[in-house]
Amino acid sequence: MINKQVQSPAKAVEDIFDGATVMIGGFGEAGSPIELIHALIDQGAKGLTVVSNNCGSGEVGLAALLKAQRVAKVVCSFPRTANSTVFPDLYHSGKIELELVPQGTLAERIRAGGAGIPAFFTPAAVGTPLAECKESRVFDGKEFVMERGLKADFALIKGKLADTHGNVVYNKTARNFGPIMAMGSKVAIVQVERVVEPGEIDPEIVVTPGIFTDRVVEVANPAHESALVAAGVCYP
Amino acid sequence: MTQPTNTTGWTREQMAQRLAQDIPNGSYVNLGIGIPELVAKFVPEGRTLIYHTENGLLGMGPSPAEGQGDPELINAGKRHVTANPGAAFFHHADSFSMIRGGHIDLCVLGAMQVSKDGDLANWSTGEPDAIPAVGGAMDLVAGVKSVYVITQHCTKTGDPKLVDSCTYPLTGRGVINRIYTDLAVIDVTPDGFRLVELSPGVEFEYVQQRTGAPLLPIQ
Repeated sequence: MINKQVQSPAKAVEDIFDGATVMIGGFGEAGSPIELIHALIDQGAKGLTVVSNNCGSGEVGLAALLKAQRVAKVVCSFPRTANSTVFPDLYHSGKIELELVPQGTLAERIRAGGAGIPAFFTPAAVGTPLAECKESRVFDGKEFVMERGLKADFALIKGKLADTHGNVVYNKTARNFGPIMAMGSKVAIVQVERVVEPGEIDPEIVVTPGIFTDRVVEVANPAHESALVAAGVCYP
Repeated sequence: MTQPTNTTGWTREQMAQRLAQDIPNGSYVNLGIGIPELVAKFVPEGRTLIYHTENGLLGMGPSPAEGQGDPELINAGKRHVTANPGAAFFHHADSFSMIRGGHIDLCVLGAMQVSKDGDLANWSTGEPDAIPAVGGAMDLVAGVKSVYVITQHCTKTGDPKLVDSCTYPLTGRGVINRIYTDLAVIDVTPDGFRLVELSPGVEFEYVQQRTGAPLLPIQ
């Protein structure tokens, strides 16, 4: 019998080790797995490399993980946020490394990593500082830059609904990086509002097939980052 | 370059309205943050555009009523939006396949500088203490079929934004097709900037003086 459900966010993240590469889903607050991130803060792993589109807001969720100085490096497309000084403070004081990646290149690197593609050529960033020192090639008269696939040890993802086989359905624009991070990581950990038995999700609407998912954990009423920030919450 | 440009020419809304007239019915369009977003308000009656937002929604609708926002239904500017009938959600790799794969017809972006060769700089001043952040701009300009810029003709200090060559770090090389400013509509051609239309009451020489490269007359 397959049962990928674990009983708590703490249990779900217990083996994330120092120095691990962790993909964290979300675009802004949409799809940010706050409860899993908070469990990771409690767990204490440090020296992490985090792959995420943004760097969080306020001092909750991803911003709180950075604030706790558990992250040595971020691979990110847009680390600036109007309402958080956590990343800028760390960056300016030299306490965090940034690998800035165009958003579509970041997505494709994650997808490629999960799809067994070690590198690919993209037109994005050609002629810009982000393509400097990278191999380039001309195809059909146009220049492309080589980018490497990205793989991670773990992914923290927020879905809406999952079954115990790990099939996942998402909610609106909270889907964003979830499906590709599930593919791109060795251990994909997905928090959802409800875990159901196999057969309860129509196979036609499954977005992430269970083969990509390793653990599902039920968080029935997930917090919204903007609500926590508005309430002045700082984690822990 | 001492005269302010905001007393002459089109307002931001008029610039957006002028641009909106040029988008064909049925186009798939990605609008950047800021003035580009205004374009959606001025689409002529009888035309339907399908808006793409790179965080995973095609068929984006207007902002919901105050207090009706869903934190998991947002646009690339992280603002609450709605989904129109016929909308679709998708993940980021699919979203950028739409962009890079040439499936989006038009992208409208803001600019810090545009060169006569169509180079765009719109993501960084290159200052050492700035936090670099690029988002999806480099993918959009590299992949979307037509890329239009909508911007004030000059900076707040009166410097031309249309230049011979960009001094800020590039977003893309040779990627801009057309520029809509408060003073004029200008095409980027193999010969450089070419005037398409002047805003009412603005003379060619006035625009040329505020443009950092030669401006070819209307063809």
